[in-house]
Amino acid sequence: MAAIDQSKIRNFCIVAHIDHGKSTLADRIIEKTGLLTSREMQAQVLDNMELERERGITIKAQTVRIVYNAKDGNEYIFNLIDTPGHVDFNYEVSRSLAACDGAILVVDAAQGIEAQTLANVYLALDHDLDVFPVINKIDLPSAEPERVKNEIEDVIGIEAQDAPLISAKNGIGIEEVLEAIVEKIPAPKGSPDNPLQALIFDSVYDSYKGVIVFCRIMEGRIAKGTAIKMMATGATAEVVEVGYFGAGQFIPCEELSAGMVGYLTASIKNVKDTAVGDTVTDVNNPCAEPLPGYKKVNSMVYCGMYPADGAKYPDLRDALEKLQLNDASLNYEPETSIALGFGFRCGFLGLLHLEIIQERLEREYNLDLVTTAPGVIYRVHKTDGEVIELTNPSNLPDPSQIDYMEEPVVSAEIMVTTEFIGSIMQLCQERRGRYISTEYIEASRALLKYELPLNEIIYDFFDALKSRSRGYASFDYELKGYEESKLVKLDILINHDEVDALSFIVHADSAYERGRKMCEKLKDEIPRHLFEIPIQAAVGGKIIARETVKAMRKDVLAKCYGGDITRKKKLLEKQKEGKKRMRQVGNVEIPQSAFMSVLKLDDK
Amino acid sequence: MRDLSIYIHIPFCVRKCLYCDFLSFPVSASGSGMQAREMESYVNLLEQEIKENAEKYKEYRVVSVFWGGGTPSILPAEDVSRIMEAVKGNYQIAGDAEITIEMNPGTVDASKLRQYISAGMNRISIGLQSADDRELARIGRIHDYRDFLDTYELAVKAGFCNINIDIMASLPGQSVLSYEQTLRTVTALKPEHISAYSLILEEGTPLYEHQSEYHFPSEEEDREMYALTKEYLASCGYHRYEISNYAKTGCECRHNKVYWQRGDYLGFGLGASSMVQNVRWKNPDEMEEYAVYVDCLAGKQEGFWVDRQILTVQEQMEEYMFLGLRMMCGISRTEFTRLFGCRIEEVYGEVIERLCCQGLLLQENDCIRLTDRGIDVSNYAMSQFLFDRN
Repeated sequence: MAAIDQSKIRNFCIVAHIDHGKSTLADRIIEKTGLLTSREMQAQVLDNMELERERGITIKAQTVRIVYNAKDGNEYIFNLIDTPGHVDFNYEVSRSLAACDGAILVVDAAQGIEAQTLANVYLALDHDLDVFPVINKIDLPSAEPERVKNEIEDVIGIEAQDAPLISAKNGIGIEEVLEAIVEKIPAPKGSPDNPLQALIFDSVYDSYKGVIVFCRIMEGRIAKGTAIKMMATGATAEVVEVGYFGAGQFIPCEELSAGMVGYLTASIKNVKDTAVGDTVTDVNNPCAEPLPGYKKVNSMVYCGMYPADGAKYPDLRDALEKLQLNDASLNYEPETSIALGFGFRCGFLGLLHLEIIQERLEREYNLDLVTTAPGVIYRVHKTDGEVIELTNPSNLPDPSQIDYMEEPVVSAEIMVTTEFIGSIMQLCQERRGRYISTEYIEASRALLKYELPLNEIIYDFFDALKSRSRGYASFDYELKGYEESKLVKLDILINHDEVDALSFIVHADSAYERGRKMCEKLKDEIPRHLFEIPIQAAVGGKIIARETVKAMRKDVLAKCYGGDITRKKKLLEKQKEGKKRMRQVGNVEIPQSAFMSVLKLDDK
Repeated sequence: MRDLSIYIHIPFCVRKCLYCDFLSFPVSASGSGMQAREMESYVNLLEQEIKENAEKYKEYRVVSVFWGGGTPSILPAEDVSRIMEAVKGNYQIAGDAEITIEMNPGTVDASKLRQYISAGMNRISIGLQSADDRELARIGRIHDYRDFLDTYELAVKAGFCNINIDIMASLPGQSVLSYEQTLRTVTALKPEHISAYSLILEEGTPLYEHQSEYHFPSEEEDREMYALTKEYLASCGYHRYEISNYAKTGCECRHNKVYWQRGDYLGFGLGASSMVQNVRWKNPDEMEEYAVYVDCLAGKQEGFWVDRQILTVQEQMEEYMFLGLRMMCGISRTEFTRLFGCRIEEVYGEVIERLCCQGLLLQENDCIRLTDRGIDVSNYAMSQFLFDRN
């Protein structure tokens, strides 16, 4: 293959608010460039995780290389890096942006700018990317492209008058987008003759090839046999294969050079050696210093994950290890619970991230999991001056040793139509929000700014927001910092035994309410036993709420269906089977679902 | 010569009751032409099935026959007689065999009852469920109390002297008081046998689907009715011999006991269940399949069975326990050892000890039985005797 002309390479991504049509546009671009025939196209080529298709969202950044014959008669190489759209995955967006030189901003012609549109555009501008807008879904009856163009110019401040008007779904205006990519996205800089400097922006684990490292070559070149070094971890290896990304497959090539996006596999022994954000260089001709990389976002939400079957603990550990390879934002460390046995305390970017990891563990690794209530990281300042980052409520020191506690607070931006401002403000108030400002984007839409404690938004804030705005509000947030707060640990006692896996940290003012709801919920979850079971919520040893699971008094199957004993036996078997999925705490059997029930303590 | 019981299933009724999930289809009482033909062809199949099996069971002695449904009494009396002839003519019937037919009030008249007697029936089971007409209407019964009383009196007059009455507790709109009234009314008639069930909401039944529209007795009330049944029936001289069955001395239903004591039984008809020498099977429950099945029998081929299962020793043990414990007399240690060649403790020692500690099980000499508390939570207690599957 002839050397690729660097000026004919375009590395870009598409950013958008969720559902504005990012993945659909990506599909159309791939289709139009002729790399795939329509028949070969799966519904959405880039969302290739089963889970992503189902949920209609992009979780992992996906990358594809395509060839475009432009109207100027030249052949261009496009490296399209798809990015996740959900607020939980800003970190992933960041990673992808670092590998790009420009971005397409997709805005829905009917909905206009949403909270995540802003968040993602600002992220892209932070990375010095050239951003050009396209207006999607222009075929909708409610489309108002002119209004949206003005909105983009007013709110974001980027030129939008000549933005392509498209319908990704119906393939309208795609040519225009392709030409705009050639025109408006700059060619990569860097020289193949400089020492190798490549940014690792992702990695996946493949059972045949081992660790596959996704990288953007900034300077120099890399080929099979190159001795490489990861500058942060110091690990060295020899490159086995380099290549680029076909649609859903890895296509080997001879060399990757400055400006290109591709992958490499190497004799990498330890998966931890390939940290995302690290710089790869040539052992024999190293670059002077590593690339700045990008800010690593820390886990914001923690929960305990336990195998339902204790014997599967090693399987869970292996699965987490493999998932972490593809998802550097996942953290975990072993922990033990009296109620649940051996498991892991896992850190996530947000609740959606948690749910997705949980589902992937269950589906892809066939694990049956018990998950404890998610919480945030609290800072405990002890009287002796020590500061603890608390991820597991069970580790809270004795109250006498605590000077004060702090909780994480986020700056939140909520985009909402004016008719719902009242109810959204009320919601934020209920969630201990601090009002900052209201900015009117246009007469009928406003951007509400609030500061909210993170632990008030990780459970069901998004759902509440949607239900109180009939689905119209959009939401984005970023961590602002830590603030002192009146926090207490809420303990749950079942039949007078404290169940460690059910404890959680809560603001003192909501302790009573949460305790009451928790007891009510558990009362429904725990089946009747032969004896009465008190369920109590306590703060600092003081009982603040109680419910009782009455003793099972009658459990008789009267009928016998004309000698159909099999049917009767099936019923008894079901009863016995049900018992197996329980956790024994003291002499009480608690269904595994009870440990997750705290997730659903919504206000309805 | 081994004992054998025979069950005959008649899957027709006047109208499905709202709580019923038995295998039964409504046909109008008068029987339109098509429905009459349908019943006719079913009876033919049944007769053929009974005859075709005779050879295989010639070494058996039939000790009980039970006609269940549906509502068997909906059939023309001639059909019942014809089937009974087929049974009597092809199997050895014990002289003291118990022969029962189930019926619903309003589906028989004096002549029908007389024909039952001549066909050899010596026991009837009448579905009353409640003596309160409003409760009857609410669960979709086809009769009122008056209809029941007429049927009952006709049956006595016809010469039946072994009669069961079915009643139900926990019906929608039922109160403890009205239930007690049902108990009083029923016992005043002095039937030989009373079956007292609690209503179970079965998925797929209209009552289940529309349960929110009904007012069911509270748990406390249900509990009271349950306690009342035991006490009141005992005070009237009915002893409880099985979880839901009460009888005057010597009038226990022999056929029912065969199920609990794992005797051999053959089920004839649509979807009927059988167990002979530790093999269980079911007949097809679709009419077309059942017809094919009977056809196979006639061609001397093995018919096809549904869920045919040769019980392993473990399964036999499980059944022995959970069925035997339904009986108030419980199970016998020596019998267990005789059947399975080992002491019961070697298999169930740990379970028995645990349930005894929980006050659910009682050991008296050779007998192991549920306590009153154990009967209350019998599903739990019985499930403990199932082995872990893997």
